[in-house]
Amino acid sequence: MVRVKLWGSLRTLADDQEWVEVEARNFKQLLDQLGLLHPALKPQIKRGVSLAVDGVIYRDAWLTEIGPDNEIVLLPYMVGG
Amino acid sequence: MALDSQAKRDFKVVGTRVPRPDGIDKVTGKAAYGADISAPGMLHGRILRSPHAHARIVSIDVSAAQALAGVKAVVTNADFARPDDAGMGDIADNCLAREKVLYDGHSVAAVAATSKSIAKAAIRLIKVEYEILPHVTDVDAAMLPDAPVVQEGRALENVPAGMSQNVTTHVEFGHGDVDAGFTKADKIVERSFKTAATHQGYIEPQACLANLGTDGRGELWCCTQGQYMVRANCAAVLGIDASQLRVTASEIGGGFGGKTSTFIEPVALALSRKSGKPVKIVMTREEVLKATGPTISSSIDVKIGMTNAGRITAARAVLRYQGGAFPNGTVEFGAQAAFAAYDLSAVQTLGWSVLTNRPMEIPYRAPGAPTAIYAVESVVDELCQELGLDPLDVRLLNAARKGTLSSYGPSFNEIGLVATLEAAKNHPHYTAPLGENQGRGLSCGFWFNFGGNTSVSLHINEDGTVSVVEGNPDIGGSRASISMMAAEEFGIPYEKVRTVIADTSSLGFNDITDGSRVTFAVGLATIEAARAAIGVMCARVAKIWDIDPDAVLWEDGYAKPAGPNAGDHAPMSLADIAAIAGNTGGPIAGHHEVNADGAGVSFGVHLVDTEIDPETGHTTILRYTVFQDAGKAVHPDYVEGQMQGGAVQGIGWALNEEYIYGDDGLLKNAGFLDYRIPVASDLPPIETVILEIPNPGHPYGVRGVGETPIVPPLAAISNAVSRAAGVRMCELPMSPPRLLKAMSEK
Repeated sequence: MVRVKLWGSLRTLADDQEWVEVEARNFKQLLDQLGLLHPALKPQIKRGVSLAVDGVIYRDAWLTEIGPDNEIVLLPYMVGG
Repeated sequence: MALDSQAKRDFKVVGTRVPRPDGIDKVTGKAAYGADISAPGMLHGRILRSPHAHARIVSIDVSAAQALAGVKAVVTNADFARPDDAGMGDIADNCLAREKVLYDGHSVAAVAATSKSIAKAAIRLIKVEYEILPHVTDVDAAMLPDAPVVQEGRALENVPAGMSQNVTTHVEFGHGDVDAGFTKADKIVERSFKTAATHQGYIEPQACLANLGTDGRGELWCCTQGQYMVRANCAAVLGIDASQLRVTASEIGGGFGGKTSTFIEPVALALSRKSGKPVKIVMTREEVLKATGPTISSSIDVKIGMTNAGRITAARAVLRYQGGAFPNGTVEFGAQAAFAAYDLSAVQTLGWSVLTNRPMEIPYRAPGAPTAIYAVESVVDELCQELGLDPLDVRLLNAARKGTLSSYGPSFNEIGLVATLEAAKNHPHYTAPLGENQGRGLSCGFWFNFGGNTSVSLHINEDGTVSVVEGNPDIGGSRASISMMAAEEFGIPYEKVRTVIADTSSLGFNDITDGSRVTFAVGLATIEAARAAIGVMCARVAKIWDIDPDAVLWEDGYAKPAGPNAGDHAPMSLADIAAIAGNTGGPIAGHHEVNADGAGVSFGVHLVDTEIDPETGHTTILRYTVFQDAGKAVHPDYVEGQMQGGAVQGIGWALNEEYIYGDDGLLKNAGFLDYRIPVASDLPPIETVILEIPNPGHPYGVRGVGETPIVPPLAAISNAVSRAAGVRMCELPMSPPRLLKAMSEK
């Protein structure tokens, strides 16, 4: 199991939880599980999210490995100028 | 992924100031920009634009235009495919309006003709019947329940029910009990701010030459920050396969985020497809200002509590960003960045994204961050004034550092904010005396940076030189820095390497040049590609020497025996190996494809002295110093250029630049005479201090540097002006009339 932190405006879509526990070993599994457990998150997941693992931000990197000892934070999909 | 597994810190080429490869071409006029290419039989495209801020298109009659001699094609939105993806649909509808025009200058129809004058005349013959609708251009007005609705049904699921339909996105970030935090404060300051929309202000207008056959195969030459993005957008909008469209990026005369979308390219392709001829479109400056992306304008509330000793106890910000007539997520990044420089136990940032009858917002360096941080850093400065505290000491006291739980969620790794603040504190600028009507301001800045999808291919030429092929337009010196990293890795002189930008058919996919990603991500891929080629060379030398490949090492441009047990072999240079490549297995190349992560966030601190004229309200920038954690500076000239350029653009944003709309919803200053960007005479020499705190996510420690420098100037200059004027300025730009008014009301 890993614990993932949701940003504030996602929490209302996940039963007001800041931290959600899911069974996942990588970014893709985490997204799939979040969508299954909290279907209201699916539109945001489909639009795109980033994942911070121990402070390093990943975009699109489905195969990024995660584990119970990682700090995992969901973030909006990063863009730049 | 440990990308620094082959850490290399003893540099020979990286970190030097080699001549830039594009310098001579650019100063002699040889460089080919978007408008510099022509084709035999080429037609000239021109676009009809809306004279209204908001109107329903009742009908478009193009018959008279089509009948004009010399007109070869006329197109409207009906000539586009209808993309399934909402974002692509917005791009199509922004390139040519569908059903409604949403802002002054919105494209309605386009013609292609045998001359510019015929195209111009034909545009006037297109008859558009409009039903004029109520409009709204101000963000606060657009959020009112009874505001005119720009587009219906665009709100995301995160927007609470009952709000104006113009509100499309809501975000919230933060942690801790903010209300409890405010009860611990000795002093609380709460302020509201407004910032105007500003344009990226690139000197080269958008331009393209399109040639698309009725069979769906085509070529496109254009100035852009991403040829693969252009290909994807055009393929979706025109309903063709990406593989059939080859896009070549021209030399680029500035982008700053503003060339990360498409405006004219699908139109030119549609005209070409219809006419059977190449079609060239070059935007005028008026068109650029009216119809290509300015950044957001904003309305922001900030409340911060502080103890008498300068410790922040709680912080809250509410950001309201308008991004024109189409949804965007820029407020998400403003909300994340707002308090990133601080170690806070209680912080909350709320953000709202709002539609207005203005052009589609397009990213501008560190999109969303400058305005949010302007408001936050203004309130921090005011608290320092009220409590009699040194503003640098307060920032050091509250600074985020390794392990700090950031205001946007994750904990920070290695970051350079404290080192950057200390560099500013120890710089002579900070203690230099000030005169009458002068003020000193400072601000922290932050940007995420990222890596992204990257492909690099490099080739060992038969004469011992190296050709590198990358897929990102060079907007900040990447050809130099990529060549330098290749030379460093191979151990050969910089002059032996040339880097070129590939078209979309010649190299694998690359994300656009944005997010301060290119030197980081393309550099990383180049290093890995070079290592792959070195591996091939070492393997071939091992066969020549009849020893194990592991017994050959690469050092300073030579394959050498790894030790005494490898035998007594004369080292072979890269040129030696290249010369016999045909005898040892054929051409030698290396390539690397990656979705690079680990870019590493970046902090900067700007220090500025201003002098105000109490009679005219004019602000003079007296002195400006930029401090930035840049990671390893591959080419310090370019890094300094990014830092100086950000400061200059920030000076314009802070003092003069502004989209001015009348009550009629029309843009009143669509030209550089009335939209006032800084010129050389407005600027002092801008000093730079590069702090090279290595990014552990890159083999050489490189961080992105292109966006962070635009973040601190707004607050740094506002704080300096506020201190000089004796009144807290809460609106940008601080143009002379606005400053005079504020001083008269204090």
